[in-house]
Amino acid sequence: MRKLAIGRFIFPLYALLALVFLLIPIVYTFVFSFNQARRRNTIWNGFTLDHWANVCSRQDLCDALGTSLTISFISTLIATILGTALAIALVRYRFRARSAVSLSLFLPMATPEIVMGAGLASLFFSLGIERGMFTVILAHVMFCLSFVVTTVKARVQMLDPTLEEAASDLYATPTQVFWKVTFPLLVPGIMAAALLSFALSFDDFIITYFNAGNVTTFPLFIYVAAKGGLPPEANVIASSVFILAILIVVATQVYGNLKKKRLALAK
Amino acid sequence: MATQLKVTGADLELIDVRKDFPGFTALDDMDLHIPAGQFFALLGPSGCGKTTTLRIVAGLETPTQGQVLIGGQDVTSMKPHERPVNTVFQSYALFPHMTILENVAFGLRQRKIDDPVAKAQEALDLVELGHIAARRPQQLSGGQQQRVALARALVNRPSLLLLDEPLGALDLKLRRQMQIELKAIQMEVGLTFLHVTHDQEEAMDMADTVAVMNKGRIEQMGAPEALYDRPKTAFVSKFLGQSNLFVGKVSDSNDSSVSIEVGGYKVTVDKKRAEKHTGKIAIGVRPEKATFHTSKPNLSSDHVMIGEGEIIDIRFTGVSNQYLIEIPNVGEVTVFAQNIGKSPVIELGAKVWVSWKVEHSFGLADLPDGSEEQD
Ligand SMILES: Nc1ncnc2c1ncn2[C@@H]1O[C@H](COP(=O)(O)OP(=O)(O)OP(=O)(O)O)[C@@H](O)[C@H]1O
Ligand SMILES: [Mg+2]
Repeated sequence: MRKLAIGRFIFPLYALLALVFLLIPIVYTFVFSFNQARRRNTIWNGFTLDHWANVCSRQDLCDALGTSLTISFISTLIATILGTALAIALVRYRFRARSAVSLSLFLPMATPEIVMGAGLASLFFSLGIERGMFTVILAHVMFCLSFVVTTVKARVQMLDPTLEEAASDLYATPTQVFWKVTFPLLVPGIMAAALLSFALSFDDFIITYFNAGNVTTFPLFIYVAAKGGLPPEANVIASSVFILAILIVVATQVYGNLKKKRLALAK
Repeated sequence: MATQLKVTGADLELIDVRKDFPGFTALDDMDLHIPAGQFFALLGPSGCGKTTTLRIVAGLETPTQGQVLIGGQDVTSMKPHERPVNTVFQSYALFPHMTILENVAFGLRQRKIDDPVAKAQEALDLVELGHIAARRPQQLSGGQQQRVALARALVNRPSLLLLDEPLGALDLKLRRQMQIELKAIQMEVGLTFLHVTHDQEEAMDMADTVAVMNKGRIEQMGAPEALYDRPKTAFVSKFLGQSNLFVGKVSDSNDSSVSIEVGGYKVTVDKKRAEKHTGKIAIGVRPEKATFHTSKPNLSSDHVMIGEGEIIDIRFTGVSNQYLIEIPNVGEVTVFAQNIGKSPVIELGAKVWVSWKVEHSFGLADLPDGSEEQD
């Protein structure tokens, strides 16, 4: 009985502590986005909505954000298209370099980022490619690709090949089969891969740092700014990103539950 | 583009078709001809190559060797979407991201047929699912999915419809109803149906021609009555209904009949009902053609009589009673007696004699498994 009583209090308390521990930095960031900051945004001076209303009062910050969004968008687009094609090819076709490709896709996930970042930088240097937006996108596509392929591949493997056969039996050409059956069925996997890829690219610091040249992405800006004191506008952006991410997660959950309920009701 | 479709069915011909999978021959030099407008049933045990045959006809599998002709046209190298053939898949294969209605309209849309939605709705009404046209496949029961798969293929009115156990998931009442429906559609439109099934009753009931497959070959084909009346191999005699088989050396032969000797008894078959007339052969009789007697009967030479034996098992199946009779030196013999009130109700262990008319015997081309070794 005693054991049981301890269990009943200890475990919820433990969970609560863990949650608090995880949430403190986020809550701190969020709260201080409303601070009437002086030179440094570390001491609470009173509530204001100014930073939320004029995020771009710090032009350099908003430029960095724009650069990051552009890079993430382009890298995600390229990585998703290439990765999806690769995933389908790896599952469906037997070709000579198949296992070599499979293995090399794992490498970016397994290699420490610092090694990859430095390696890429020296590669670009010896090839004489000037570092900048282009090299950053190239690097991001490279590591995002692995995650896209892994995510989409799982989806392709789950796909029932008789569905595609049924479509071709119903007069669809191979191209039509792909766009009317294969692709729509892969969309959830592709979307998940794109989101993951965007998040990874947007968030990346180490690899970007080595290959950015004089391009400043949002994480690079924060890194530099943090030395001299982070402007509260940075807290605003960080909080927004966090809220957006939470909203996406909640929305998918709610949508999934609704769909389940509808299915159950219709049965 | 899809080939020009005829409204009526086309004939199907498989010439010398063989299919090898790595380390396994699924079809072995198969020849088959199905006349246009026929309801053809392919019957066989699991794994004998029925689905493989359908896939080769549909173009989903390339034969290792041989030719496929539809309506006289060689389609062996044609892609599935170019063939005037539709399939009802064993696993239904309904598109999960489309409604039932869109599933059924898929083929019509592909061929740019006018008014696909109305035609699809009509097809759904035919299989009594019109009221749930807006649902997704995941929201249907197995039997309902099967009927959607049927509607999705039928709505295209293909020259040749391939059905891979299309009624397997339905309960008995619905199955009978769908059988009648299918047969009516087939007769009405004159399509050629190639229907794969496990259910021998279904095959015999619906088909103009039944082919019995075994281990990648067609063992025998013909009209259901002919097939039942005169099976030519041990496999067919056991797979299609039940049979009592007797194996022995030919001991007596005249112009019209041959006899073998089995455990001291003489079992006779008409020559024209026997595949082999010399050496060691197998002769069979259907259990419902045999009767038994409680005393030794006095029968003319147009009967076969064996016994005495002992009743070792009785089963009441409703319409008939099944008696298992052990006859010394011969083995077990099954006799069905119709349950019409006057059939002899016999106790277990009773001594009986079994007889049947010689004209009901059939002689097989091969011997049942395991009878080669024993002498
Ligand atoms: N892709 C494949 N690779 C290897 N063997 C295969 C393949 N497809 C089928 N087979 C084999 O070929 C044989 C025939 O298969 P098929 O699917 O035609 O059987 P079936 O008669 O339709 O059986 P069922 O009644 O169970 O559906 C089986 O033994 C199966 O294991
Ligand atoms: Mg099968």
